[in-house]
Amino acid sequence: MTAVVDLMDYAEVVERYDPVLGLEVHVELSTKTKMFCGCPNLFGGEPNTHVCPTCLGLPGALPVVNGKAVESAIRIGLALNCEIAEWCRFARKNYFYPDMPKNFQTSQYDEPIAFNGHLDVVLDDGEVVRVDIERAHMEEDTGKSLHVGGATGRIHGAEHSLLDYNRAGVPLIEIVTKPIAGMGERAPEVARAYVTALRDLLRAMDVSDVRMDQGSLRCDANVSLMPKGASEFGTRTETKNVNSLRSVERAVRYEMTRQAAVLASGGTVTQETRHFQEADGSTSSGRTKETAEDYRYFPEPDLVPIAPTREWVDELRTTIPELPWERRKRIQAEWNLTDEELRDLVNTGAADLVAATVDAGAEPGEARSWWVQYLTQQANAREVELADLPITPAQVARVIELVKSGELTNKLAREVVQGVLAGEGEPDEVVDKRGLKVVSDDSALLTAVDEALAAQPDVAEKIRGGKVQAAGAIVGAVMKATKGQADAKRVRELILERVGS
Amino acid sequence: MTDLTRLTASELAAKIHKREITSVEATQAHLDRIAEVDGAVNAFLHVDTEGALAAARKVDGDLAEGREPVSPIAGVPLALKDVLTTKGVPTTCGSKTLENWLPPYDATVTRRLREAGVVILGKTNMDEFAMGSSTENSAYGPTRNPWDRERIPGGSGGGSSASLAAFEAPLAIGTDTGGSIRQPAAVTGTVGVKPTYGGVSRYGLVAFSSSLDQAGPCARSVLDAALLHEVIAGHDPMDSTSIDAPVPPVVTAARAGLKGDLTGVKVGVVAEFSGEGYQPGVQRSFEAAVAQLKDLGAEVVEVSCPNFTYALPAYYLIAPSECSSNLARFDAMRYGLRVADDGTHSAEEVMSLTREAGFGAEVKRRIMLGTYALSSGYYDAYYGSAQKVRTLITRDFTAAFEKVDVLVSPTTPTTAFKIGERVDDPLAMYLADLCTIPANLAGNAAMSVPSGLSDEDGLPVGLQIMAPALADDRLYRVGAAYEVARGPLLDRIPELKGVSA
Repeated sequence: MTAVVDLMDYAEVVERYDPVLGLEVHVELSTKTKMFCGCPNLFGGEPNTHVCPTCLGLPGALPVVNGKAVESAIRIGLALNCEIAEWCRFARKNYFYPDMPKNFQTSQYDEPIAFNGHLDVVLDDGEVVRVDIERAHMEEDTGKSLHVGGATGRIHGAEHSLLDYNRAGVPLIEIVTKPIAGMGERAPEVARAYVTALRDLLRAMDVSDVRMDQGSLRCDANVSLMPKGASEFGTRTETKNVNSLRSVERAVRYEMTRQAAVLASGGTVTQETRHFQEADGSTSSGRTKETAEDYRYFPEPDLVPIAPTREWVDELRTTIPELPWERRKRIQAEWNLTDEELRDLVNTGAADLVAATVDAGAEPGEARSWWVQYLTQQANAREVELADLPITPAQVARVIELVKSGELTNKLAREVVQGVLAGEGEPDEVVDKRGLKVVSDDSALLTAVDEALAAQPDVAEKIRGGKVQAAGAIVGAVMKATKGQADAKRVRELILERVGS
Repeated sequence: MTDLTRLTASELAAKIHKREITSVEATQAHLDRIAEVDGAVNAFLHVDTEGALAAARKVDGDLAEGREPVSPIAGVPLALKDVLTTKGVPTTCGSKTLENWLPPYDATVTRRLREAGVVILGKTNMDEFAMGSSTENSAYGPTRNPWDRERIPGGSGGGSSASLAAFEAPLAIGTDTGGSIRQPAAVTGTVGVKPTYGGVSRYGLVAFSSSLDQAGPCARSVLDAALLHEVIAGHDPMDSTSIDAPVPPVVTAARAGLKGDLTGVKVGVVAEFSGEGYQPGVQRSFEAAVAQLKDLGAEVVEVSCPNFTYALPAYYLIAPSECSSNLARFDAMRYGLRVADDGTHSAEEVMSLTREAGFGAEVKRRIMLGTYALSSGYYDAYYGSAQKVRTLITRDFTAAFEKVDVLVSPTTPTTAFKIGERVDDPLAMYLADLCTIPANLAGNAAMSVPSGLSDEDGLPVGLQIMAPALADDRLYRVGAAYEVARGPLLDRIPELKGVSA
């Protein structure tokens, strides 16, 4: 067992200390191919099938820069209000690790492609905080190690390790904030809001899958504390393995309470890497940074410098889509939402999804209802982010369209959505496969009506005699016969027509 | 019948293409010669009898069906330095680390040779990972100089040059990082060319120092080198540092040079490359060569390149720095040697023990030098300063080429030294590349062409000719003209037949 860790009460932490944050976010770009070779850039796959001499680091193999990745990097830089370098280079970051094929990572060091930007982040109560961006640079991902045996799942103590290089060479953009200070008790919330805003932005730009659960968006949280009124930053820790938006907030909060307890007891915070534990929200000590390696950066001699022309940068500037928070402001006005309704939209993570659903042709009210209510319930039941549900805005819009045209009832529509979530395909495919279409074909309905009337001649007689409300029994029989897929209103019309003729 | 091994590549090609002889006969003659004498020379690490004969049969088959030869040297055998990958054929780089490695891909140079119908006889010996000037650093024993088997054949490409001097192959490929083509050519009485950096693809050339490495042609005549140059040169999208420009017309230039007229050509003698440290016989051979250039009509002037003096120390910071990173990939994880994997050692220990067992002393020395030079706090003083020297050397060249068309110097300060003579004195060993390194640092083209035998020891001396980047053709014009004036040389080499290893 590890020793029990002292934590300070959060209220006392923020009374006595000012937190300073630094967030490093790694984003895997969703380019077709890897950063420096032509291998497919796909998540998963049989281990070591998306590999070639270059991404395996075989002797003699050379990198060639993926132009699309450079384009994405510039667009991200522009969306983050960064300056774009007129000339920059890749550099080698040298360190040994089994999942690094070359034992150096091709990255950028003192010449990032984008620098000096900012991102405006909206907190839950609507307050806007500006987070300054230090830099955004390009690099390649490493492979993945699976350490088998041993208690920690880490390389030390493992019996053996399995290596998968499918991810090696996947394009990454690392986005680094400047120190975020003065946030006080809201620091954990700011951290989550920043990563959320970044995620929404990148998704709107269509440059990454931004799936924290799959590692296509990863956040390392640097946290330090300084006594109230101090101006010099304290010693920081870097927490890794933070795999959800909620975890970002929890990790920062935990580190604040842990570090405060250390400082208050007269101890010193160790500069180190810590690992976030999803299960209990704690962090545990990893590699100590005091013995951190000297990465011996130097310019990558296998690649030529990148000098994006100003014309190209200006052209890319025109491709930056409306930013998510600006879009939200517009949506609120256009859909006439109260602040509360907008906040519900934002809190459930539904705003952009609703907007996209509206863009795909649905009515705002219907789209909002589906995402904020039914689909949010589904997401909660599955414990995933709303956006990570396996259904797209276009699919939701199609379901809404089918209801509107009378081809689905609301009940059937929910069944169609269940089918889509279960991976049965597009809404129309689910309708066909599950046979969910409303029976609107009069001839098919007439057969069912005639059969029901014939089966209950006494009821038919009553209707004929003017007791129109008796038709309810026949409607019920027809609905039963059509397994609820008939439009009840139309059935009633047909019964009256039939009896009257 | 003529001894086919005594013919030049162009003579052999003419006979094969006229179908006076077959490529199989030419290939077999060289395979027989290798079997006969290589025990005494050790130029080859691997002879690919089957692959060579299959390639030769393909050429013969195509010619028999009336097709045009796919290149001017189709059907001609060649010796390939073991630093270029060959699919399914061992590629060791002279190191134990890669003793059993079979590359899954061909280097671009290898592919171009195959596509040109050139018959690859096998892989030639070299200093481990191309680090050395004597081929004594090979893990597979030194290559011996066919002129005097007690002496070194130069390095790192001693195997390629020795194979030419021993008539085991009419053509060879070398790689030149600091002189590894030119210095072996000089001490074996053969021709070697380092093309302009970026002129020949480095894809599949196992990197020693990426910003300096350049593959090039080796032959027994200037025209043969030109024919080979045109086969291997040209833009390659797989190498980002490859130049996207037409290959200089080197064959045309060589043929023009053979007419023996250098009227209008301005030749600059590098003032810094003479005097102390230069063997008198080498100096006299060089002066005689300069006199012959004058006789051919060239205008000769002395040119000062003051920063050339700093080339050697700058080189011994840049090359080791890059190699310390390039060789990091040899970690036992994916390919090559693995030791101590007995269940009692961690991955980190296996990496470390394998590198200790797999690398020779010189490779370790340079990895340590480079690791030190790139270390935090030393980078600016060492690597940074060396890069500045590099810029100054480039400026010296630029200034010189404003006054003259080519520069000349001895290729190396001495003739071949004795095996073992300098192994314990790395600095003395490094001096062998004193005159060749500036062209690598600046990236321009350079050639070594034999200037006869030193009058004091009867050993070959090389004349170095240097041209601006992308003006490789100038080397061939001057080299071919000089070669005609100098007259035959290799007919004076002692017979190897009957010599036992």
